[in-house]
Amino acid sequence: MPDTGIGASVTRKEDKRFLTGRGRYTDDLNRPGQAIAYFLRSPVAHAVVRSIDTAAAEAAPGVVAVFTGKDMETDGVGSLPCGWVVNDKHGEPHKAPPHFPLVRDKVRYVGDHVAMVIAETLGQAKDAAELIEVDYDEQPAVIEAAGAMEGALLHEEAPSNLCYDWELGDEAAVDDAISQAAHVVKLDLVNNRLIPNAIEPRAAIGEFSPGTDAYELYSTSQNPHLLKLILCAFVLGIPETKLRVIAPDVGGGFGSKIYCYAEETACLWASKRLGGRPIKWTAERSESFLADAHGRDHVSGVTLGLDADHTFTALKVMTTANLGAYLSNFATCIPTYLYATLLAGQYITPVIYCNVKAVFTSTAPVDAYRGAGRPEATYVIERIVEVAARQLGVDPAELRRKNFIQPEQFPYQTPVALTYDIGDYEPSLDKALEMIDYSGFAQRRAESEARGKLRGIGFSAYIEACGIAPSAVVGALGAGVGLWESAQVRMNATGSVTVMTGSHAHGQGHETTFSQLVSDYLGLPYDQVEIVHGDTAQIPMAMGTYGSRSLAVGGSAIVKACDKIIDKGRKIAAHLMEADVADVEFKDGNYTVAGTDRSKSLAEIAFAAYVPHNHPEGVEPGLDETAFYDPLNFTYPAGVHIAEVEIDPDTGITTIVDWVAVDDFGKVINPMIVEGQVHGGIAQGVGQALLENCAYDESGQLVTGSYMDYTMPRADDLPSFKVDMTESACTHNPLGVKGCGEAGAIAAPAALMNAITDALGVEIDMPASTEKVWRVCQSRRMAAE
Amino acid sequence: MYNFDYHRPASLAEAAAALQGSDEAKLLAGGQTLLATMKQRLASPSDLIDLSGIGELKGIGVEGDALVIGAMTTHAEVAKSDVVMDHCPALAKLAGGIGDPQVRHRGTIGGSIANADPAADYPAGLLGLGATVVTDKREIPADSYFTGLFETALEDGEIVTQVRFPKPQRAGYAKFANPASRYAIVGVFVSQGPGGTRVAVTGAGPSAFRVGEMEQALAGNFAPDAIAGISVPSDSLNSDIHAAADYRAHLVNVMARRAVESAA
Repeated sequence: MPDTGIGASVTRKEDKRFLTGRGRYTDDLNRPGQAIAYFLRSPVAHAVVRSIDTAAAEAAPGVVAVFTGKDMETDGVGSLPCGWVVNDKHGEPHKAPPHFPLVRDKVRYVGDHVAMVIAETLGQAKDAAELIEVDYDEQPAVIEAAGAMEGALLHEEAPSNLCYDWELGDEAAVDDAISQAAHVVKLDLVNNRLIPNAIEPRAAIGEFSPGTDAYELYSTSQNPHLLKLILCAFVLGIPETKLRVIAPDVGGGFGSKIYCYAEETACLWASKRLGGRPIKWTAERSESFLADAHGRDHVSGVTLGLDADHTFTALKVMTTANLGAYLSNFATCIPTYLYATLLAGQYITPVIYCNVKAVFTSTAPVDAYRGAGRPEATYVIERIVEVAARQLGVDPAELRRKNFIQPEQFPYQTPVALTYDIGDYEPSLDKALEMIDYSGFAQRRAESEARGKLRGIGFSAYIEACGIAPSAVVGALGAGVGLWESAQVRMNATGSVTVMTGSHAHGQGHETTFSQLVSDYLGLPYDQVEIVHGDTAQIPMAMGTYGSRSLAVGGSAIVKACDKIIDKGRKIAAHLMEADVADVEFKDGNYTVAGTDRSKSLAEIAFAAYVPHNHPEGVEPGLDETAFYDPLNFTYPAGVHIAEVEIDPDTGITTIVDWVAVDDFGKVINPMIVEGQVHGGIAQGVGQALLENCAYDESGQLVTGSYMDYTMPRADDLPSFKVDMTESACTHNPLGVKGCGEAGAIAAPAALMNAITDALGVEIDMPASTEKVWRVCQSRRMAAE
Repeated sequence: MYNFDYHRPASLAEAAAALQGSDEAKLLAGGQTLLATMKQRLASPSDLIDLSGIGELKGIGVEGDALVIGAMTTHAEVAKSDVVMDHCPALAKLAGGIGDPQVRHRGTIGGSIANADPAADYPAGLLGLGATVVTDKREIPADSYFTGLFETALEDGEIVTQVRFPKPQRAGYAKFANPASRYAIVGVFVSQGPGGTRVAVTGAGPSAFRVGEMEQALAGNFAPDAIAGISVPSDSLNSDIHAAADYRAHLVNVMARRAVESAA
């Protein structure tokens, strides 16, 4: 396969429509007779709703209907469910207060959904919303994770605002090891709250057909089948045969579009209430800030024990995680099974204990955001290891190297439940050290100091777990879903191939990567492969895209389906070439009979399969195969990022002068796309460490509710990244791939904060804002004077 | 956005008449603040009078020793103007650092100074160069034009037509930008010219202000070191999630030194 197969940096086929403005997003769609929905949102963080008077709004011009939680209650609309039951340290399930799409008795964060106004135009809906009178009995707000348990009670079902008090590991053994350690290093850390900011705000069109009792929902979803399942089984009670969910082009998700939200649910429900009028809603950017699920928001106390020769002996992590006002669909598993299980990192640490208290606060719900638990874990490990190196006066690269899991130790059972199938960490470290010219750092630092600047270097030797699996294991841990993926590969009679994938692309370039994969496996021209995704009516039951699973799980399902195509085609080819099936080989798109010049192309076989005038006995016509793939394990990408910064002590401005990333993603299908994913991930990680911060004031108002105050990373905040790769192929999926979508965002915050704190000589929390950095520089200056 | 009546007068006289015709009318001079505010339903003018059709409000020229910029001239036009570069490169640099390319191609100098955002760049430029704001009724020296937070000396119904800048011997502008909005957290414009030595600060306080002590020091020695020890009091300065008042006070000194250093 010349330049479009596995390993080729093919330019993205989807970019033709995206870059020329021909993408087809939910808001581009309009249904005949549609009405527009607008949501009246709570202006206060926490209040009992005494009454809602909608009379004036209902009488306003153009208004079709005004709905409140009472209307939904009358119709039996359920709570938006949390799909993962986490049992606390006493074996009790987490506290699961209801999360109704429209509030019934209380509002619990600024942006909570008080009423739905439907009108002929958005302007009319907004005008009418201003006429709704709500009587709020305000209660104190609860903002920070720390102290939330002592704050005003948000849910009767959750005393002390505690969702669960969970643990992993043997606390007594860890305490014992720490008490005997030659060196004990402690650090308190904040993992700051982030707002996802996908480029396309959420949107939905709900449409009910009275003639067939069927529903259609167009929505900005990363996983239309999952959304459908939740809506049917838990929230609206629609038969699965009667709901089609379509997620057309979707502009970014980063996790925030996994979930079943109030607005999409309400549009679908309201369409039925209104006799089938399509109901459309598109979030304004301010609504995205207020009501998309936020990410991160942990405070942690970390203790690392080391013996006299600096071998790690124990790690203890005590974390409080802010879940926000309600449980978003997967909120409970992020700070537990996707966090504490990663705390071994790349190191041999004999015993690890993690305790997580998850609390409710009067802030937007928090759920998975690019990395989802793994950035938080990497931040804990890579900051404490760096601080340990500083306190012990040893080279941070060498302290890491000393404690790395060695190649011959794989498969490696960590003390925190995971079994790493494969890895080889030193080559990434060595390559990264060379690329950043580590030996020249001291000289570069001296040159910076001569110019009055502070220079620092920081490491992050991260590990992540992608393609969360297998289903039996996640089920045992409380997941309400399986985590397999499906694919259907349909050879067409004319020789092209249509591939239905359960993975959903919202920026990842699946149409290109999966086309390369299928082209390579089936030996068909790249441009003869069409990838279909995002429509529950066209795709077999599927699980969707999150957790860097699309290639490792979805791609593996495609391979399985391709294998079935090849096998069936072999029977037809053998029959047509009058050979024994065992003698027919398939290579580069052709079936050949060993030792002869007889040959049939897959395209010819496909034609024969659909025009079966001469067909083998007992073989069905057609060439269309479906496969489901349930992985045997997570995959474990790993790598080393090194950041180098220069700080201007006069202003507190941090300039990232160099960034090296050496990642092991296993086999790579499209290096260009992988590199792009790494770039984007690093940018998001830099955003968290340096710029982004979701801030609520004491009363619960979102202070960073627009781009005037919420700082997204921009091109001029970033250096030109130096990206390279090592490769240890995943041992348990057919492609040997691991996943790359989140690695940058997982690795970057620790690398950057380690570099900044190296320059400053003081530990500070994210984000390293200019003011925070300047204050450290000022105190350094005063101390020096 | 609430409904409003839209007008696009072809002359200044028509614009003035339209403005007089309604108590709740607003001039539209690029709309980079006003339109965003209206979309959020935080402003609800009855009438929008779009000044973009009035030729006499546009353009950049030199009259005598003064650079004259029409009120409806965009930031992008100022930034790339050879005339401005020749007269005062620091002013072109200031305009080229406002917002982002979209803002610079829609926003205008007249719109900016009529709005008088405390974090806008232009107030520092006008005050720092001793400019004159020309309206359809009178001329207002920059020193008495910026009167407070979003407040100016403009009277109801008065329309800014142009801004006149004397030619400085040298001038410089340094800005510490808000990382999110790229407005000035602190912007300092310094100049020496017919109006003496001037140091004007935007972003730090409720309204742009001059720093007399720095001006005196620079008058004697126009060098960064001359003002190294001069600080501004922080008590009346702005404070928000991006920068507390004492940090802003510190940045005034840093940006002033850098402005002097860059002056050309």
